[in-house]
Amino acid sequence: MRKLIKQPFSGNPQGKVGKSHPHESAIRQVSGQARYVDDLPQPANLQFAAIGTSPAASGVIKSLDVSDVWASPGVSDVITVEDVPGHVDIAPVFDGDPIFAQKHVLFHGQAMFAVLADTVHHARQAALKAKIDITPSTPCLSVDAAKQQSNFVRPPHFMHQGDFDSAYKASTFTVQNHLSIGGQEHMYLEGQVSMAISEEEDRVLVYTSSQHPSEVQKLIAEVLDCKLHKVVVDMRRMGGGFGGKETQAAQWACIAALFAKRNQCAVKLRLPRMQDMIATGKRHPFENSYKVGFDKEGLINAADIEINGNCGHSPDLSDAIVDRAMFHCDNGYYLENVKVAGHRCRTNQVSHTAYRGFGGPQGMIVAEAMMDAIARKVGKDPLSVRKLNLYGENQRNLTPYGMTVEHNLLADLINRLENSSDYWARRDAISKFNKHSPIVKKGLALTPVKFGISFTAKHLNQAGALLHVYTDGSMQINHGGTEMGQGLHTKIGQIVANEFGISLHDVEVTATRTDKVPNTSPTAASSGTDLNGKAAQNACIIVKQRLAKFYTDEVNDLNLTADNVIFADNKVTLGENSIGFVQLVQNAYIGRVSLSSTGFYKTPKIHYDRNTGNGRPFFYFAYGASVSEVAIDTLTGEYKVERVDILHDVGRSLNPAIDIGQIEGGFIQGMGWLTTEDLKWDDSGRLMSNNPATYKIPAIGDTPEIFNVDLYARDNDEDSIYHSKAVGEPPLMLANSVWCAIKDAISSLTDYQIDPQLPAPATPEAVLNCIESLGNITISERIE
Amino acid sequence: MISFLLNDKAVHIDATQADTTLLNYLREECALSGTKEGCASGDCGACTVVVAQANKPGSALEYRALNSCVTFLSAVHGKQLLTVEHLADGDTLHPVQAAMVDAHGSQCGFCTPGFIMSMFALYQQGEAPSREKINVALGGNLCRCTGYRPIIDAALASCTGTVDDKFYANRATTVTQLADLHNVNAGLDNLLMPTDRIELASAIGKHPEARLFAGSTDLALEVTQQLKTLPTLISLTQVAELQVLQETDLGINIGGAVPFSKMEALLLTHFPELHELLDRFASTPIRNQATLGGNVANASPIGDMPPALLALNARIQVDNGQARRDIPIGEFFTGYRQTLLQKNEWIEAIFIPYKKTNSKISAYKISKRQEDDISAVCAVFNLTLGENNIIQELASGFGGVAATPVSAIGLAAALVGKDWSQSATFEAGKVILSQAFNPIDDVRASATYRQTMIVNLWKRFWLQSNQQSHKIETRVHAYE
Ligand SMILES: Cc1cc2nc3c(=O)[nH]c(=O)nc-3n(C[C@H](O)[C@H](O)[C@H](O)COP(=O)(O)OP(=O)(O)OC[C@H]3O[C@@H](n4cnc5c(N)ncnc54)[C@H](O)[C@@H]3O)c2cc1C
Ligand code: FES
Ligand code: FES
Repeated sequence: MRKLIKQPFSGNPQGKVGKSHPHESAIRQVSGQARYVDDLPQPANLQFAAIGTSPAASGVIKSLDVSDVWASPGVSDVITVEDVPGHVDIAPVFDGDPIFAQKHVLFHGQAMFAVLADTVHHARQAALKAKIDITPSTPCLSVDAAKQQSNFVRPPHFMHQGDFDSAYKASTFTVQNHLSIGGQEHMYLEGQVSMAISEEEDRVLVYTSSQHPSEVQKLIAEVLDCKLHKVVVDMRRMGGGFGGKETQAAQWACIAALFAKRNQCAVKLRLPRMQDMIATGKRHPFENSYKVGFDKEGLINAADIEINGNCGHSPDLSDAIVDRAMFHCDNGYYLENVKVAGHRCRTNQVSHTAYRGFGGPQGMIVAEAMMDAIARKVGKDPLSVRKLNLYGENQRNLTPYGMTVEHNLLADLINRLENSSDYWARRDAISKFNKHSPIVKKGLALTPVKFGISFTAKHLNQAGALLHVYTDGSMQINHGGTEMGQGLHTKIGQIVANEFGISLHDVEVTATRTDKVPNTSPTAASSGTDLNGKAAQNACIIVKQRLAKFYTDEVNDLNLTADNVIFADNKVTLGENSIGFVQLVQNAYIGRVSLSSTGFYKTPKIHYDRNTGNGRPFFYFAYGASVSEVAIDTLTGEYKVERVDILHDVGRSLNPAIDIGQIEGGFIQGMGWLTTEDLKWDDSGRLMSNNPATYKIPAIGDTPEIFNVDLYARDNDEDSIYHSKAVGEPPLMLANSVWCAIKDAISSLTDYQIDPQLPAPATPEAVLNCIESLGNITISERIE
Repeated sequence: MISFLLNDKAVHIDATQADTTLLNYLREECALSGTKEGCASGDCGACTVVVAQANKPGSALEYRALNSCVTFLSAVHGKQLLTVEHLADGDTLHPVQAAMVDAHGSQCGFCTPGFIMSMFALYQQGEAPSREKINVALGGNLCRCTGYRPIIDAALASCTGTVDDKFYANRATTVTQLADLHNVNAGLDNLLMPTDRIELASAIGKHPEARLFAGSTDLALEVTQQLKTLPTLISLTQVAELQVLQETDLGINIGGAVPFSKMEALLLTHFPELHELLDRFASTPIRNQATLGGNVANASPIGDMPPALLALNARIQVDNGQARRDIPIGEFFTGYRQTLLQKNEWIEAIFIPYKKTNSKISAYKISKRQEDDISAVCAVFNLTLGENNIIQELASGFGGVAATPVSAIGLAAALVGKDWSQSATFEAGKVILSQAFNPIDDVRASATYRQTMIVNLWKRFWLQSNQQSHKIETRVHAYE
């Protein structure tokens, strides 16, 4: 084990971190006491808003007649884009997201107006009554069409290393393929919701379910045409976010704020589930392709990868998302001579947005598809090909974007998992089973994950915290991160308790509020704990330094300095001297020492030059690997995931139970993305899978009966908070092994000669199509 | 009047909008916001509550989970409605709540109250459940965060078979409180609850525009999803004639308004082959409400029971309060969501003849997800063999392949008299089935896939029912 980098006053974690403390809200959650925005006590003058949406995917608005909306029972106000006093565009980075459709409609389901009424039902009924006349134009509904028209929301981006062309020509074998990868609906259990309350004069207070309260604050100010200091955004907890509330919670908050200010009342806007699914963006569907050249052992020497994201109608975060797909199309494998191109295609769909992994999964799966293709060509087990191509320790360790892969854990991690999961014995058993089972076929796959941690937009890698110590020794910590179930607040509470050596019960993590910690980054990119944990720790260190100095002065021993003060076990110790923590706090208060501090943190070492496609965009990588075994029914395409083994790297775990929860939950969510979660649009651009009856996320029976999840115990080599690692996103991609195992099972039909071309999601229908595409092997032949 | 216990307090409602859902009542009128709305369509389970009732005077209380978002208030009349806020005993969490905390079963926590309530209902069954049973009990609750493993662990840890909580301790008081509700004059002017066929006929006569409902698991969606207002509703659940469950000389009779969870046992005693279809029919809370009568009357081409009823030659018994008619199921469906039911008629019961001793029945459902999904294709075969494997009868029912639930009539016509063990018989059936229907493309499946399924499920049936010599696996999911 490596030595910890010494922290002033922090020392080793004292048992407050590293323990599986329950989620800070667990008791309130199980007893129905945890409040979400829609559960807050209703202000007396509360009214309810609903939105009216575009019936067409593209076209020019000829007229929007809302007179019948006005006339509908209970209605008190109706607004369209004309009624917005300030900015109309509420795009997060690059322009393109009008709060209401303006002149044109850009996708089916786009908000065109909003209505305010006395009840939710009245508002929603009224919203159906507008007379909307649109001169339709031909919508662009596919990546192919967008590419043909060079219809991009942002310019393409390229990365390269070595000399692809000559290396490809010199390769013993080459393979080229195309891979369609579906998007994913977030399906956070709590839908989008905001409540805006008009306060004195022109101030507004907004409760929202958002991963990015600071951006909500800024956009509301812009829409209302006021300055940021008039707007306060409060965010206690979300009922799930997964990226879907990073940028796309803002619109509903802005509309509620508009109504609240116009009508000097409180306004709640909660999207019904179907509208939520139609009007908010999803994980980007991608159409990717690759050419790969390799030797007879299966070692890659050339790869040309093209990544095409379906961004929907506007940029939103797509630039960074397609970048991240590009950054991950190598996954854990060294690509010596490589070209990567990334296109951001504009279609008339809702603007696709952040979703756990942020493009990474859609890039990484290309690497895994290549591994399978190579394995079938050279006749090796895909695991052997994967291991052969891993990044090296001291050589073969440069990524296509010029970052050196340091502290690479994959080789060891895979070895351990290979053994603990009994990979090779099971491989033999499966081969035997398949020989004697004509209908049901089994498949097995081990896939690794290497995921880069940091926002690729450098400025976002900063965080603030605000610590208050009260005179009874209890504390409130506030920070810029938001709690969406990932356990961020629990970990932050543990960090603060650990720093002061006090009980976790004495630390309250309070609602994220823009008037406490300003200018915060979204809680995203898995960075919540890395950034805010460090900021909170820094706030603690500042207050501890003050207390230590005060105590040193009190003790007044010339041999002892403030550096020698230790905070542990509810006591503060200096040499032979010791005082109860609460007593010291009270003495310090009487002694007029400030017991409150902000803390700040910015991630070191990172930089990336988009012009050259080179740099170190990531502070470090998080690693993991999983083995999945599946059985497929070749008559129907149905399948079952029978066993999953996971070994995942979270550095030194701050809270093993929470980390395992992220791993398991991420895996199952990833499995849903690759299997049953099937987004379907019709030919006019209307989303057909627009409710949970037609869009199927994993249910309890989909959890594999054998599901072994272990943490890979090793400290983060970088100076992250207590040498832990981020865990929010990386585990989602562990589910690649499910997809590869299904392909493995299908490939068994060809005696592992053919690499079946299976799109994602691998619905039973897609699996059956894939089987049928193998052609020459008909079902009856296999049975007789 | 609609009277019930809301947790431990008696509530009497004498006026409300008929189409108020239980969820909106709890959240908006009672400020009980622990019960969540995740979808308002019965699909996610966030709104799960538990209803307790003493089925017969003196009998033990029975606890059932249901989705409050697709339930109207009449459903709790005379019962105890339990919400998540009421489970803890003072500061002491209920065993299922404590187990969820210990197992780290909540992350964002939005699904949690619903899981707690489903788990509470499971706890009250007083049996230590298998993993399979847990899946069935919690299959209607979606969690997007945890991946379910800790929730399964919490269920295993808390549902030990011992029932020892405040509800058990207070059961006598609860039974008395329920008895004291004076369940007379059930219903409201706009939410009628007739108790026999005469009252029902008169209610329909007085309110010709009113909609009938039993479990409301289809009807409520018109309110919550299509935003319709249904000013007057007539509940069928109290009508005595619609509650029969009978074994007659010739078959079983299932009352039109008996919920699935109550009729399952009888149906499975006689037709254990329907186990998979019933297990995969919606979810436990939906099955606690939904009825066979509703499934048939709803006449959806993708409903799961009509194909089974077609294959089993069921008869639909229809009443209008004065005259009864008996309609073979094969004639009942007349067009897309249309039936032979007259405006003033209702389904009183469904009669299913006993199966022949030498019959082979299989029921298959194909959907993207195994649990709580609607069929892309449903296929049910009912084969009767004579000596030497000679086919005597071959009935079938299909869902998802046409505008109505349908039988493949041609199959029987062509194959009766043939040797079932011969692959030529299978091939002949395959040719017929590949031309029998014109399925459509939709969000659940393409027409091509549906067509392939019709044939491949036929293949599965042929393989499974001919498995004497060579035993080969044909299923990846086991339904015992
Ligand atoms: C989440 C969810 C999952 C579902 N999954 C499935 C599934 O897997 N398979 C499936 O087949 N269905 C499924 N359904 C549909 C529904 O649950 C069934 O159709 C159910 O059987 C309907 O019964 P009900 O008593 O709730 O009907 P209701 O909603 O009460 O009534 C439905 C219609 O039938 C009429 N009706 C009801 N009873 C009678 C009667 N006795 N006489 C005359 N008319 C009557 C009503 O007027 C109404 O028009 C699902 C529904 C939901 C919400
Ligand atoms: S709210 Fe989703 S099932 Fe009721
Ligand atoms: S804990 Fe978030 S949905 Fe279950």
